[in-house]
Amino acid sequence: MSDGVSINLISREKLTTMNEEEKVAFILSEVMDGKVLVLEEGLSPVEEADLMRRTMASIDHDTFIGIEIQGYYNANDLKRSAFKRFFARRTPPRMTVIGPAAHLRTIYKDGSVIQALILTEKPYIEGQAEAPPVAQATEA
Amino acid sequence: MHKADVVGYSPEPVSVRGWKEKEATGLRAKFSVRSWLKRLFRRKNIKIGIYGPPNAGKTTLANRIVMDWAGEVMGSVSDVPHETRKTKVKKNIAIKHGKKSLSLDIVDTPGVATKIDFHEFVDTYGMSEDDSRLRAREATEGVIEAIKWLDEIDGILLAMDSSEDPFTQVNITILGNLEARKLPILIVANKVDIPGTDAAVIKNAFPQHPSVPVSALTGYNMERLYEAMVKHFR
Repeated sequence: MSDGVSINLISREKLTTMNEEEKVAFILSEVMDGKVLVLEEGLSPVEEADLMRRTMASIDHDTFIGIEIQGYYNANDLKRSAFKRFFARRTPPRMTVIGPAAHLRTIYKDGSVIQALILTEKPYIEGQAEAPPVAQATEA
Repeated sequence: MHKADVVGYSPEPVSVRGWKEKEATGLRAKFSVRSWLKRLFRRKNIKIGIYGPPNAGKTTLANRIVMDWAGEVMGSVSDVPHETRKTKVKKNIAIKHGKKSLSLDIVDTPGVATKIDFHEFVDTYGMSEDDSRLRAREATEGVIEAIKWLDEIDGILLAMDSSEDPFTQVNITILGNLEARKLPILIVANKVDIPGTDAAVIKNAFPQHPSVPVSALTGYNMERLYEAMVKHFR
């Protein structure tokens, strides 16, 4: 495979066919393989914590230092009162980008934009190499 | 001599490589029943976990609480991230506010993170490579331990750095988990002593949970935090 970082857009349908354990295992396997994943529907907080725990267990400090993960927070969910959150149907997690921490850096995030830098193997030096691609996801 | 004692232990041995694959299955279903039963048959002391990302001032906060009510120090603090890499428990802390009191065990947990790069300790903090690798390895174990401890605690002090953007994925993930477990949460907007910080940013970011601006370093507003703890965790 040529140099570069693979960016895979994962549909909601693909993830919904998996249980929680399979989903987390699939994501971690892909990310450890160097891929950046954009999930149409993100993980639940419980799945994210499980992903964090598995990630920590997989770090070897030379080839895999962890993951970068960013998703849109749902402002309506966060600002809902405890009473309403208890009874309301929880909004599904929203689009999320996950990648190897060595190759993906979040440079900006707000309620509607996640801007991330994808780092290639060779460090970018201004004026000497082509600038790395900037992936930008915007709320639909 | 104070009755409070420091115990550094994990609920079960932490195996970085050999964690149980099946633990994730059915986790969600266990949360609510377990936490509900825990609260129904509550022990004398409740366990309050101090959680948050690295360098949010968790151990400084733990030290402040334990010093104020037991006259002891709980753990060392440092500007280098992941100074706390092992969960520590301080038992039998009695917090009083007015006529009300709260008996609790304070659980100081390692910072929760999604990545740990030993090069950061070498390049930014001038540590040797061997020390940095060891620190990074212990830090990964600490994160696993902190997440496991979520099953053991009854309430959370979620420490956030008021000088930083609160909308980090770690903060959102921790909050989401605590909400799923239906654990009482009190957000501690720490480090308000840093010039230019605005604790209202945290309050506005997570208005569904009570938050108290404090400086665990200087002791600013700790009385208000104790008042909130007694009210919220009793």
